[in-house]
Amino acid sequence: MARDKFNTVQSSAVPLPIENVDTDQIIPARFLKATTRDGFGENLFRDWRFTNSNEPKTDFILNDNTYKGSILVCGKNFGSGSSREHAAWAIYDYGFKVVVSSFFADIFKNNALNNGLLPVQVSEAFLSELFELIASDPKTVIEVNLGKQEISILSSGKSEKFDISSYKKECMINGYDDIDYLLNIKDQIETFEKSSI
Amino acid sequence: MAGKTLFDKIWDAHVVNEIPDGPSVLFIDKHLVHEVTSPQAFAGIDARGIKVFRPERTVATPDHNIPTVDQHLSIKDELSRFQVNKLTENCEKHGVTLYGLNHPFQGIVHVIGPELGITQPGMTMVCGDSHTSTHGAFGSVAFGIGTSEVEMVLATQCILQPKPKRMRINVEGELGKGVSAKDIILYIIAKISASGGTGYFIEFAGSAIRNLSMEGRMTVCNMSIESGARGGLIAPDDITFEYIKGREFAPEGDDFDKAVKKWKELYTEDDAVFDKEINYDAADIAPMITYGTNPGMGAKISEHIPAESEVEPGNLASYKKSLKYMGFEAGSAIAGNPVDYIFVGSCTNGRIEDLREVANFVKGRKKADSVTAWIVPGSKQVEKQANEEGITQILEEAGFKLRQPGCSACLAMNDDKIPAGKLAVATSNRNFEGRQGPGARTMLASPLTAAAAAITGVITDPSTLIN
Repeated sequence: MARDKFNTVQSSAVPLPIENVDTDQIIPARFLKATTRDGFGENLFRDWRFTNSNEPKTDFILNDNTYKGSILVCGKNFGSGSSREHAAWAIYDYGFKVVVSSFFADIFKNNALNNGLLPVQVSEAFLSELFELIASDPKTVIEVNLGKQEISILSSGKSEKFDISSYKKECMINGYDDIDYLLNIKDQIETFEKSSI
Repeated sequence: MAGKTLFDKIWDAHVVNEIPDGPSVLFIDKHLVHEVTSPQAFAGIDARGIKVFRPERTVATPDHNIPTVDQHLSIKDELSRFQVNKLTENCEKHGVTLYGLNHPFQGIVHVIGPELGITQPGMTMVCGDSHTSTHGAFGSVAFGIGTSEVEMVLATQCILQPKPKRMRINVEGELGKGVSAKDIILYIIAKISASGGTGYFIEFAGSAIRNLSMEGRMTVCNMSIESGARGGLIAPDDITFEYIKGREFAPEGDDFDKAVKKWKELYTEDDAVFDKEINYDAADIAPMITYGTNPGMGAKISEHIPAESEVEPGNLASYKKSLKYMGFEAGSAIAGNPVDYIFVGSCTNGRIEDLREVANFVKGRKKADSVTAWIVPGSKQVEKQANEEGITQILEEAGFKLRQPGCSACLAMNDDKIPAGKLAVATSNRNFEGRQGPGARTMLASPLTAAAAAITGVITDPSTLIN
């Protein structure tokens, strides 16, 4: 089934300079009782964003109007812990199209790619520079170009290449879906099962 | 050419095809399903107008979202009830075997797979749950997946996966007094960090691993994901074959002998090469506990919480945030902190051996009045066995009560939530902020350490209380 196509994103960014952000923080388990994929953005970072009595915590970045945009920039080892795809759904549903970090947890990375959310892995040095520039000017515009596999800071002209397999890149750019691919090779799967399993 | 690792032997035997500069198409032998991460996947295949491709390779049970009291009644929480009913509906529609709430085989998905003999050496296994790595204890390649991937497997019995790198961790020597499998894995994660395993599949080897029971091996593999690893596995041996023999879905008679012959080929060859290899001395491992908010923030109970100067600069922000959340002083002693709750259970430590260990320790002792104890068997079968072995009675005499099976306070999706600010010693696998309930403070440890805390009311090194 077709998914949203991804090519280039140009936006200011929201910085979250904390390491090891786990999926329980991104979307706490008590919000996993839904049976559809919709509406998880409301509870993104729920316990960091709101008090127990549902008041917004003013010191949390998503409650600070200074920082806006469709790019989330995070500390290393982002998305560790639970395999809940709801974490990727929540980030995407909130309005982010790209997550930048120096290091992603494996399952989160797969889940993001399967939902049109692009994980961009950059060097520690580039990440530090991003955090510094965003802190000094929250309107700093960042461009993520999937075709070129490049992330650039427009004001400084600095850029860095990022990795993605050519298969996944093709899928993201065209909005293709892994399941369509697998369904197309079903005969091959059946033959394999008969001969090798 | 160098020989193959155990991991490569299993992975390579399941590759249907490889996409150039892309993932492999991996055939999956067994797919375990639970209520929380499957409804959107079933809805996905329904929307495509297709059926589950191989229902006979799929097994489902509700575990994450169910109460651990009064399971014979209808689930009170409306959303939970709806989700559990949805699983039943989906399984009926697609002909998938379901062990529902009052079925004698129901339990935590990673406890029932092994105890029913569904999990076998050489298999590829997946589940929409990161602790699927548990099944690697049998010499299988088992890993957690997201819901889109659950949909892939329901639709085609295959998954697209990039092949992870290989790591081997050898633990040689004898474990000391009061040291268990949980301490081994908490020690390893404290050493390599909560991201040290990312990108790898870890084989655990060495005499300390070989000497573990299957339950202990499952505990080790279960938490391999907490180092960021895709999964963990251990080569099968006589302990494995003995465990599987006679179980509900294990091969029988000649078939079993044939299977064992095949399973004996599942080992890493002497000249195989790993991308990374680490060696630890079992004698250096002591009863462990976590003090922070990721599983890599662990230390020996006899030690102190690290001072700021001992923390790597790259981890300083999360270190400070976690100590603030936990209410601990940098550099302070770990032992002696007062404990409000203990939780024994989960796919990490909710098996019969874990309950036996707790019962042996608390026999003739009394639970401290200040501690609330939740002991939750991993499955209906574990519960039954605990009753038959007299474990339930020993626990009751010491002031504990056994709840009914489920994931319970490990992730607190049901009512089993540790209240805000309370300190819990938990035998589960994650100490993330709010994991056991908003504001709850979790310290991860072995069943023995949890039992010692329940008796003394404070964090206690259990080795000081046993002869």
